[in-house]
Amino acid sequence: MKRRTPELRALPAESLGALDDRLHSASPLRKILNKVFPDHWSFLLGELALWAFIILLLTGTFLTFFFDPSMEEVRYNGSYTPLRGVSMSRAYETSLNISFDVRGGLVIRQMHHWAALLFMAAIIVHMLRVFFTGAFRKPRELNWIVGLLLFWVGFLEGFCGYSLPDDGLSGTGLRIASAIMLSIPVVGSWLTTAIFGGEFPGTEIIPRLYIVHVLLVPALLVALISVHLALMVLQKHTQWPGPGRTNDNVVGERAYPRYATKMAGFFMIVFAVVAIMGGLFQINPIWLFGPYKAAAVSSASQPDWYVLFLEGSTRLFPNWEIRVADHTVPAIFWPAVVLPGILTVLPMLYPFLEARFTKDRASHHLLQRPRDVPTRTGLGAMAVSFYVVLTLSGGNDVIADKFHISLNATTWAGRIGLIVVPPLAYYVAHRICLGLQQHDREVLAHGIETGVIRRLPDGRFIEVHQPLGPVDEHGHGQLEYTGWAVPKKMNRVGALGPAIKGFFFPIEKPPQAPVSPAPQLPAESERREVEARR
Amino acid sequence: MTSEHHARRTGWRSLRPWRGGQPRSRGRRRLGRAFRLVAALALAGGVYTVFAPGVSSAQPLSQDAQDGQALYAVNCASCHGPNAQGVTNRGPSLIGVGSAAVEFQVTTGRMPATRQEAQIEEKPPQLSDEQARKIGQYIQELGGGPQLPEGNDLAATGEDAIAQGGELFRINCASCHGNAGRGGALSSGKFAPSISGISQRQIYAAMLTGPQNMPVFGDNQLTPDQKREIIAYLENLKHDKDPGGWNIGRVGPVSEGLAIFLVGMVALVFTALWIAGKS
Repeated sequence: MKRRTPELRALPAESLGALDDRLHSASPLRKILNKVFPDHWSFLLGELALWAFIILLLTGTFLTFFFDPSMEEVRYNGSYTPLRGVSMSRAYETSLNISFDVRGGLVIRQMHHWAALLFMAAIIVHMLRVFFTGAFRKPRELNWIVGLLLFWVGFLEGFCGYSLPDDGLSGTGLRIASAIMLSIPVVGSWLTTAIFGGEFPGTEIIPRLYIVHVLLVPALLVALISVHLALMVLQKHTQWPGPGRTNDNVVGERAYPRYATKMAGFFMIVFAVVAIMGGLFQINPIWLFGPYKAAAVSSASQPDWYVLFLEGSTRLFPNWEIRVADHTVPAIFWPAVVLPGILTVLPMLYPFLEARFTKDRASHHLLQRPRDVPTRTGLGAMAVSFYVVLTLSGGNDVIADKFHISLNATTWAGRIGLIVVPPLAYYVAHRICLGLQQHDREVLAHGIETGVIRRLPDGRFIEVHQPLGPVDEHGHGQLEYTGWAVPKKMNRVGALGPAIKGFFFPIEKPPQAPVSPAPQLPAESERREVEARR
Repeated sequence: MTSEHHARRTGWRSLRPWRGGQPRSRGRRRLGRAFRLVAALALAGGVYTVFAPGVSSAQPLSQDAQDGQALYAVNCASCHGPNAQGVTNRGPSLIGVGSAAVEFQVTTGRMPATRQEAQIEEKPPQLSDEQARKIGQYIQELGGGPQLPEGNDLAATGEDAIAQGGELFRINCASCHGNAGRGGALSSGKFAPSISGISQRQIYAAMLTGPQNMPVFGDNQLTPDQKREIIAYLENLKHDKDPGGWNIGRVGPVSEGLAIFLVGMVALVFTALWIAGKS
């Protein structure tokens, strides 16, 4: 025993040393483990999308064990009585079996769907963060484009998954997709026939979508995510400006152990939230929709939320049919093919357009506060409001029904809103940015409002302001605005003392906050005695 | 009446000389022509009165119908007219709508209506079921029309009834009422109301009479058995326990999209704030 103890202790070092002798992995690993990540909550949004993707892979793999993507006609004889004896495709039957006959199948299916919605939501919010902080600027334009591709590939992946169960809702979605494809001039009918293997719906589409959904597009997603992360590591993460932070350094925490711990914890919480939603909130109850029959279309047939903006554009677009020679360009071509085309290309070009207009060719590693770039923030607000109006219009029948508004009125509200709201959003966002900038400069010049009102000997009342730095002869602060966050409350400059850390009980002793005038505190030992006496 | 009598009497007198074979004077010929016209009219009128279904027939109203008539006069006549013949721009004629329509409209509180609008909304019933039945009886005896079968349990029983009903529901009803029967919007302020929480008789009556903006599903479109199957499916839907958890209104992807932002994203963004703040 005595002899073996030191050997056991040396075992990790020895075995890893042996491994390193063969793989030479120590120094690159050290480099990765020592990599510095800046810390800010908004930098975790992309990570959120990554974790949602991991959950999608895990739950999706489970679902493949029980799903059969076949359009063979079968008669249902499973546990769900209201559909017993109904003829349906094998794909729908196995989806029902996952929901009712596979142990844990329903919760995994629901987790998969919620994680998909979360994945797309996180991508959008992450994209907004990158846009509004200017993180897409040189040298990161390429990663911005990869991110946009990730959105569209995720969009495609989501739509394929939505279509797989072959229930009444997903079949309706596919029908619309086929109509959109048919509307493309010249190639439309060829394309649709090739994809569907003949006339809609045929017997080919579900098996084809399945392999696209579980192999091709996920592989593409993994590849794009790898490129996305590799570029992020290569180019290093952007950081907020602040003390000690320059365009040439990265201030933050090392990947190991701090950042790795946080990432692991965040993954677990994301998983927990998805699991809770999968267990408590019913999503896509396919058993209510019945098998897809071309003649049976339900009201409120909508796509998942990230496709809803195209549904909205289709609902808002006027019924303009253009006939050129013997060709017809149906109205749906413009809102469902041309618009997404513009929405793909325009954001990709945006970093280059902005650089061209601002004549800014420098590399940027420091982020900008949205208020400091009012034009960009305004344009972003414009894009967001455009998207929101379209998304709301995609669900306008539900809005009309729930709020007792005429459906026609909601359509017209959407049409007018689509034109009026974005410029308004631009104006409002621009003004808010300028106002916030002005307030920052005002605080730098005059100090923080303390809330202390003082009466002067001549009877005037003034509010005492706390300067943030040295002042000139007029009492004006001499600090320049540098794009950092400006403290606006006395609490932020230490008037209250830092918050006590710890979730349920303090994990450290709160430091004594400076108070003026200093109160007559009893000595430390006396206090302890007082507590003991109680 | 009196003028007719008079014409008839003159006619008889003018007939006699014509039988005598004497040439008729011009005045008499005219008189004869008038007589024949009047006689033909009288015959046609008489035959019509005998065979036509009498609106004000001699058949007396039953006691229930008389009670119903009194209720009708108070609650309904201002829009549908004193004899249920309808009032232009106010209310349609109720001749031939049957007791089924009356029962549906009155027991769901839609009638008496509050005001004219795109579609009259459901509200707490203003009249009791008994009163509704009496008004229905009056309308039925007045002009006939579709009637509901007896009984409160109109759901079909049997092995495949629910599944069959589901198929019929998805083909005939879901396009407006939605797959889960929660209702949906129609054009210009019209809507298909939610089917949950209404009685089986009301569902049957709605299919039979097509109230408001709903089309009529007469017995040649959906047989009584098929109607009962649809009711069986809806009853089942009512007792569906939502195996997946809270159904978020059963309105499909719109509320699901709302949930992922309001619950999922909010929870996780706060988590991100919390984790990033930990150092």
